[in-house]
Amino acid sequence: MDIASPAFKASAYRALHDAHLQQALGHIRTGFIDKRAAAIAALPEFEALRQSARDIKNHTLAHLDLYLEAYEEKVREAGGEVHYAATAEEARALVLNICQQAGARTVTKGKSMIAEEIDLNEHLAANGIEPVETDLGEYIIQLRHEPPSHIIAPAVHVTKDQVEAEFRRAHTSLPPGRDLTEPSALLGEARALLRQRFLAADVGITGANFLIAETGTSVIVTNEGNGDLTQTLPRVHIVLATIEKITPTLDDVSQILRLLSRSATGQDMAVYTTLSTGPRRPGDPDGPEVYHVVILDNGRSAVIGTEFQDMLRCIRCGACMNHCPVYQAVGGHAYGWVYSGPMGAVLTPMLVGIDKAGQLPNASSFCGRCEAVCPMQIPLPRMMRHWREREFERRLSPATYRWGLGLWAFVARRPRLYRVATQLAVAVLGALARGKGRFRRLPLAGGWTGHRDLPAPQGRTFQQMWSTRSRP
Amino acid sequence: MAKEDNRPRVGLLVTCLVDLFRPGVGFAAVRLLEDAGCRVEVPEQTCCGQPAYNSGDRRDTAALAQRVITTFEPYDYVVVPSGSCAGMVKVHYPELFADDEEWRPRAEAFAAKVHEIVSFLVDVRGIERVAAAFAGTVTYHDSCASLREVGVRDQPRRLLASVSGLSLAEMDDTEACCGFGGTFCVKYPEISNAMVSRKTAAIAASGAATVLAGDLGCLINIAGKLKREGAPVAARHVVEVLAGMIATPPIGEAER
Repeated sequence: MDIASPAFKASAYRALHDAHLQQALGHIRTGFIDKRAAAIAALPEFEALRQSARDIKNHTLAHLDLYLEAYEEKVREAGGEVHYAATAEEARALVLNICQQAGARTVTKGKSMIAEEIDLNEHLAANGIEPVETDLGEYIIQLRHEPPSHIIAPAVHVTKDQVEAEFRRAHTSLPPGRDLTEPSALLGEARALLRQRFLAADVGITGANFLIAETGTSVIVTNEGNGDLTQTLPRVHIVLATIEKITPTLDDVSQILRLLSRSATGQDMAVYTTLSTGPRRPGDPDGPEVYHVVILDNGRSAVIGTEFQDMLRCIRCGACMNHCPVYQAVGGHAYGWVYSGPMGAVLTPMLVGIDKAGQLPNASSFCGRCEAVCPMQIPLPRMMRHWREREFERRLSPATYRWGLGLWAFVARRPRLYRVATQLAVAVLGALARGKGRFRRLPLAGGWTGHRDLPAPQGRTFQQMWSTRSRP
Repeated sequence: MAKEDNRPRVGLLVTCLVDLFRPGVGFAAVRLLEDAGCRVEVPEQTCCGQPAYNSGDRRDTAALAQRVITTFEPYDYVVVPSGSCAGMVKVHYPELFADDEEWRPRAEAFAAKVHEIVSFLVDVRGIERVAAAFAGTVTYHDSCASLREVGVRDQPRRLLASVSGLSLAEMDDTEACCGFGGTFCVKYPEISNAMVSRKTAAIAASGAATVLAGDLGCLINIAGKLKREGAPVAARHVVEVLAGMIATPPIGEAER
């Protein structure tokens, strides 16, 4: 997908004036935030689990090569095959090749952000293979030809009425007069149509929430059961994952699972937690004949050992974006690429470069709520600041902003100059605002006064008054 | 006065915004500190460097931080009438100098002495009540840095509960950012506006006639939006009310 992140400001402006989007985003509070808060209040050991989960991931990242090799060995023992892809292009080619080897015409897909990251659907379609999204949210946005706007709720930006309109447009074989007012009717319709696609598919592609080194198992966490049908019905199952999904043991995964759904949707557990290890064994009632795992790097290994390594602890729960006031205001599409919200603001520059994604780590008030809710204790604001440092060092930030900052720092480093300059400025502004107490407009302050008044300084600085002890 | 020497010596880090926009907050802080048995001094100061730090300019930040540390090292405590600036010098200075053999220990020793003012009064000086009076209902905005960087939440509410005539009406989602965010509010004005609009709506819905907070940045933003909306809600720094120094008009309002 094209990287529209440089246009963040314009996209955000449109998002703020999109009534449908704003209506849809209004559901984040009740749909995610309140439910998460209730789930965590009911789990006294939540903080202890966070620390333990952080330690598990840090340990894994410190020994990632060993765990990857161990995982690969176990998958092979179970009869599966592991492929490594350094780039998105390599991953696309690997998946296409497996599909072509299987003579695939249609491919069902469980929800996978990695598939978005590598533009898999476009690549398959361009090569004559039809990808069918089976997660309801993904299905909706596939009909709308849109990317997901949220990592766990891809269609969170769409209202129910818009879904109804889209279904009526796309499902032309169904009676036009049917009643779709209830969400359950929409769900029922999608389910009935998808059932045929599940049965017809030649290959099923899922993501993975975890890859377990101890057992060679991939784990998916879903609420709709579509992932299970995707990976058990077709002849071939492809797991698409990235290197940091490796987790050492089943026990480790069990701990992190206790954080994942609570942080994501406020559920104690998702409806389905599905473990798959290799292809169908003799005597198994179902399962694929062939089992492949494609493990993508795409720039991730390059941040190990840097100030951005902690980002690789992310388990993609979405709590940071649900609680982010910027995400709540503009939604996910404004971020211009696959990942959005605070995790996207840190991850996107890692994957596409700070020169293209510089807007994202800047578009934060550093309110810190993302870090406070992150189940893996990822210091998201700190890493956004590190991206700003990289940007500043490479002189990528706007020149006017840099000059303004430089002038201010020049003055602030010289107390006497600072005293004279600030006393003068405060006196002038105080005199201009006399009798009003605030400005409705002020030259060069349009960023502020476009939306709010500027309370005026009172005319003398504190240090000026203190030095003469002229207390009010 | 030999007795005076026993009082802890407090350096007031007044913050740029209080220094330039609202000196009364600084004097209210001094009164509260003196009432709490402290000797207060105000050494010459400029800025803690937060705007540079959050803009990725570590070099200028370090220069300003070294100046602040040197200036305030002699004091027993460093008290700040802002959670944001307190967080900057207490949490971020040690991070800034993490790889600096000379400055890291100095930054850490300095950071250990830094306190946001209301938490200093309650947690360090053991103040449980103030003598002030304020007629009316207020609501309290938790600034992000106060809440999440320096652990201020209950302390201002406890002291406000002791103010005669004051009642507190909590607004919805007190933990939400007001959209100020330093340079964020002018770099992304439309998003900042969406955030502050939610905040002023929550304030209005609380029914309070006055909004209080511990950070002048948030307050200038919130007051500016309330004024633009024509909302009849006054905005003040919490220490003005705690010190009983409310003769100055609320933020953004003129002398009558």
